[in-house]
Amino acid sequence: MKLRAIVTLAVLAVLLGFFSLWVAQQSYSWMPPEAAAEAKLFDDLFSIFVGLGTFVLLGVTIPILYSLLFHRAGKYDSSDGPPIEGNTTLEVIWTIVPILLVLGLSTASYRTYQKMAIRGPMELVHLHMPQMVEPAYAEPFDDSPQREIRTALETAPIEEIDVTAKQWAWVFHYPDGDVTSTELHLPVDRRIRLSLRSEDVLHGFYVPAFRLKQDIVPNHTIDFEFTPIRTGTYRLRDSMFSGTYFAANQADVVVQPVEDYRQWLADAATQPPTPAYNRAAEEYDRLSEQAVVRGWKSVSPAPAPMVNYAPKQKPSSPPA
Amino acid sequence: MHGSIMLFLWTFPVLVGLGNYLVPLMIGARDMAFPRLNAVSFWMIPIVGILMIASFFVPGGPSQSGWWAYPPVSLQNPTGNLINGQFLWLLAVAISGVSSIMGAVNFVTTIFRMRAPGMTWFRTPAFVWSVLAAQLIQLYGLPALTAGAVMLLLDLTVGTSFFAPERGGNPILYQHFFWFYSHPAVYVMVLPVFGIFSEVLPVHARKPLFGYRVIAVSSVLITGISALVWVHHMFASATPGWMRMLFMVTTMLVGVPTGIKVFGWVATIWGGKIRLTTPMLFALGAIVNFVFAGVTGIMLGSVPLDIHVNNTYFVVGHFHYVIYGTIVLGIYAGLYHWFPKITGRLYYEGLGKLHFVLTFLGTALCFVPMHAAGLMGMPRRVASYDPEFALWNVMASLGGFLLGMSTLPFILNVVSSWILGEKSGDNPWRAIGLEWLTSSPPPVENFEEIPTVISPPYGYGSNEPLVAAHATASPTNSESLIE
Ligand code: HEM
Ligand SMILES: [Cu+2]
Repeated sequence: MKLRAIVTLAVLAVLLGFFSLWVAQQSYSWMPPEAAAEAKLFDDLFSIFVGLGTFVLLGVTIPILYSLLFHRAGKYDSSDGPPIEGNTTLEVIWTIVPILLVLGLSTASYRTYQKMAIRGPMELVHLHMPQMVEPAYAEPFDDSPQREIRTALETAPIEEIDVTAKQWAWVFHYPDGDVTSTELHLPVDRRIRLSLRSEDVLHGFYVPAFRLKQDIVPNHTIDFEFTPIRTGTYRLRDSMFSGTYFAANQADVVVQPVEDYRQWLADAATQPPTPAYNRAAEEYDRLSEQAVVRGWKSVSPAPAPMVNYAPKQKPSSPPA
Repeated sequence: MHGSIMLFLWTFPVLVGLGNYLVPLMIGARDMAFPRLNAVSFWMIPIVGILMIASFFVPGGPSQSGWWAYPPVSLQNPTGNLINGQFLWLLAVAISGVSSIMGAVNFVTTIFRMRAPGMTWFRTPAFVWSVLAAQLIQLYGLPALTAGAVMLLLDLTVGTSFFAPERGGNPILYQHFFWFYSHPAVYVMVLPVFGIFSEVLPVHARKPLFGYRVIAVSSVLITGISALVWVHHMFASATPGWMRMLFMVTTMLVGVPTGIKVFGWVATIWGGKIRLTTPMLFALGAIVNFVFAGVTGIMLGSVPLDIHVNNTYFVVGHFHYVIYGTIVLGIYAGLYHWFPKITGRLYYEGLGKLHFVLTFLGTALCFVPMHAAGLMGMPRRVASYDPEFALWNVMASLGGFLLGMSTLPFILNVVSSWILGEKSGDNPWRAIGLEWLTSSPPPVENFEEIPTVISPPYGYGSNEPLVAAHATASPTNSESLIE
């Protein structure tokens, strides 16, 4: 009986190991596209957690189910189980294993964090450390050959953009050409440095396809760096609850080849500022026009921003 | 508002009530140490309730800043009235803080001073240990929350500048005050539930709690570690790199004492004589859910992972798996287990099992899809969602409906068996424990004669008496009225 249990469990453990690996592979498909170098790092780390997590979850559930099936008392059996109060060896093992596990996971997370080199906000002096970015390209990825990107990264200047968040709009200012826009255009394969500022309350800069997020705090300028690696249009959201219309506080992020990006900047620079479409303001107006105003009073939205480049419609990117 | 009402007016009061009822019974005391303090603390809860519900009817409506009430949003007062929803909310939180501090003083004193003769620490039931651990958290944590709430109230009403950025205040400081308590608060809720698992499993598996001492001590370890992890709720809030890394490691360390407990529970039922009663089903279901929540919790503790999923539905999924999947299911386990104690009657097993199946499936259907939506990038607290997330949201709504339905068999069961149920006798589970020595329901003063404890609490299979002979009959030879 005892031997049978041990053999059964050993076989189950091996099967479980393979199953966990398979689930870890699947986890890549649960996410939006990997549009930034950081997204790839995220997905790899997440996959490790998913694999171990599956193993632990089923590693607990299976013995419970096994006991329920095979250690049930018979209908008229009113006897007690064996009076086993503990087992020091086992208890030591299952204290040490979790310690090692969480230390391992912390180390893996720490290394990923280093590679992402997400700047700690409020660190006002930054050193440029390209070696921290490089490991992000250690493995080749689909769209572009890695060497090219590496050289591009090393030689290209960092692209600096000012971001202003308010209730409820995003405004992007490009010091290069003094252009403002309500759509965030970014050159692909360049290190981007955003200066994040808020005019009123806390906001959150969040692009799921980049797997990056940073809260924006009034009265502070927060520097935030990352590297887009895939052209396309992605969605920027406000991730920090910022009042009634915060769900409408979204914008498109357009990642384009460097030449297109330069062209866009040059074109925008020639445009006079016009009022941009603003979904929050539109929803607010629609509600206040209704004869009976439903719902509770809201802070009124800031007026539509005046910008050089103003898409006249809602963000059109795939919502993730 | 949903969050505040559920936490402050449902989970906390139910758990405190259960603790108030069980702790004196389990340690062989006639009542809590300070009955009058207890009454004051209790009657403050309806005041909190009235304030919160009243806030729906003041001009401008209730507080709209979520259960965090982060400034500056919580300081924006669109109506300009002095008495607004946010004002009432903060007042309610401050009062509830004071009430809980008084309650905690009472629990801690009771457990330290009023244990029956012979009940040394390592003869004290694991549930009592876990209540002690939880109430110690209240003592160190609540003053911070209460102070934070009062400062925010002052900012809101008389224009002080603790947190208001336009007056030079620091809104991030509020987050520290808030989470210094509100992270440990999750353990205030979950620790007594851990205690329930530790009581229910040995009884229904007829085996001693495996590694009882380690399980008891790990509750206190959790109290300690949980004081040092609060910044994991602020990884994205302008937190410097070193602080992120430090709190990442402390957060992950919480996994160790909780892991020890889970392994101990599994080993307890392993090789036992398991009876698949309703409390047993709820306890085991809750443990499985808790492991799932722990896995996602560790993911959230990893800074690079949290940066993506923070403030998305992934977090919402995580904490509902803890609060609903673990805490609510665990409370049900406790309610069914002690139902005969409280009422002197047996509940209906069939209805109980139906309740379990609906609850367990409803939890999975409601809260698993939230994790998927979060990974896709759906932020929490949105009033409308993009079509992309529709599938997951529809599934979650169905699950929510199922959870609503699942309470019907529970209510039916409680009402009908309280009135009509078969008489249970004093100890239908043949359980070991002081609470089962007195009659069910217990007399006003709990015990006619205070028993003297002579052995550790989980002597299943070894036939040792729990209390000295002169007291009430030893449980091992009291009759079984069930089965
Ligand atoms: C034991 C019972 C637990 C409870 C009751 C619980 C509860 C919660 C709650 C309520 C939140 C959301 C707070 C909010 O954002 O409003 C949360 C978030 C979090 N939990 Fe847990 N949790 C538990 C276990 C764990 C464990 C074991 C870990 C990791 C070791 C963990 C790590 C986290 C983290 C890091 C967050 C923050 C996520 C974020 O906001 O970005 N939790 N938890
Ligand atoms: Cu926490």
